[in-house]
Amino acid sequence: MLRVFWCILSRDLTLAMRRRTDVLTTLFFFVIVVSLFPLGVGTESKALQIIGPGVVWVAALLASMLALERLYAADYEDGTLEQMLLTAQPLSLLVLAKIAAHWLLTGLPLVLIAPLVGMQYQLADSAIGIMMLALLVGTPILSLIGSIGAALTLGLRGGGILLSLLILPLYIPVLVYGAGAVEVSQIDLADTQPYFALLGAFLLIALVFAPVASSAALRISLE
Amino acid sequence: MLEVNQLECRRGDRRLFTELDFSLSSGTLMHVRGRNGSGKTTLLRTLCGLFTPERGEIRWNGESIRELGEEYRRDLLYFGHTNGIKGELTGLENLSIAATLDGDRVEETAIWDALKRIGLAGFEDLPTRMLSQGQKKRVALARLILTRARLWILDEPFTALDVDAVALLQTLIADHVATGGIAALTTHQEVPLTSGQIEQLNLGN
Repeated sequence: MLRVFWCILSRDLTLAMRRRTDVLTTLFFFVIVVSLFPLGVGTESKALQIIGPGVVWVAALLASMLALERLYAADYEDGTLEQMLLTAQPLSLLVLAKIAAHWLLTGLPLVLIAPLVGMQYQLADSAIGIMMLALLVGTPILSLIGSIGAALTLGLRGGGILLSLLILPLYIPVLVYGAGAVEVSQIDLADTQPYFALLGAFLLIALVFAPVASSAALRISLE
Repeated sequence: MLEVNQLECRRGDRRLFTELDFSLSSGTLMHVRGRNGSGKTTLLRTLCGLFTPERGEIRWNGESIRELGEEYRRDLLYFGHTNGIKGELTGLENLSIAATLDGDRVEETAIWDALKRIGLAGFEDLPTRMLSQGQKKRVALARLILTRARLWILDEPFTALDVDAVALLQTLIADHVATGGIAALTTHQEVPLTSGQIEQLNLGN
């Protein structure tokens, strides 16, 4: 089991390392979107601190959206996805490995760069710490939920737009509690624990159901 | 033993074939014939479980392939229109991933030997996107040497191959059938067999 999981994970990471632009575009998209707001809104620190968490989360949502289309598309085109459907392994395990690789390539870089983009919004150190933690718990949920949409829209014309219409509404809870945790952390005496508890619960639910739903969607898409 | 009962497949509103019955026991090669669009690929994909038939049932060793699931896929090797190899990965990497996913532990030397036998000695370490169309196909076909699957389903395996590769592929299929395997394939060429039996299936009118 673990051998197969690791096999797919390292395969996808190797592929990404041999075609680095795909990874970098997501990251630069995130950085640029986040940087646009201070330029447009102005440098008043009060205003920036209020919009900061929300903007960072919306940018993370859009960046992970952008990367989703590629999750299965390349494997679909060269037929390797079809071969995965025909292996003697549970498809949801292979899907989970692909999602894990996708998160390592598109989600984790966002978490790591968050302190840099947070500085533009003059967020306090503690708020930046909370933001990194919230992104660390939240971005895997984005990859997991997004995988279902990517599998459903596979091979459709104009699938990208449809994918965003399907998936963005499902991202709303993550946005609300993710940004909420950072906002609350800026207030004294406030407790961020409930926000993390909810994000954690979302993550666990997504971990259980998303691979199964994605594999069912893939089987439909490949008929 | 692969049994097909009363199979009917549709593509949209068009009925491709109906009431299709056949069974393949070990040591049999089935040659599916038919014009373009007669449903050859659909039939092969249905046999793999990739396409859901409108009606009918497919059984492997007496059990429905829907229920067998992964157990059936362990015995199955499908070769479709796409090669199913990654252009960014080398032939070695492609084959070792395919073997791992099939649940086989294959030594790296075995993969080197397979690539050598299929005529790709010296190309093992190149990303397969650098190879020609025929060479890519050879990488994909090297899986036939490594696999332990009992049932081979091959969709047009001979296209884009040169004379040597066609001869090698015919030998591989003949060996597989001679050792009790089953193969179902579509091709516009004749495949000679020295032992075992050839079944012909004609689709369409």
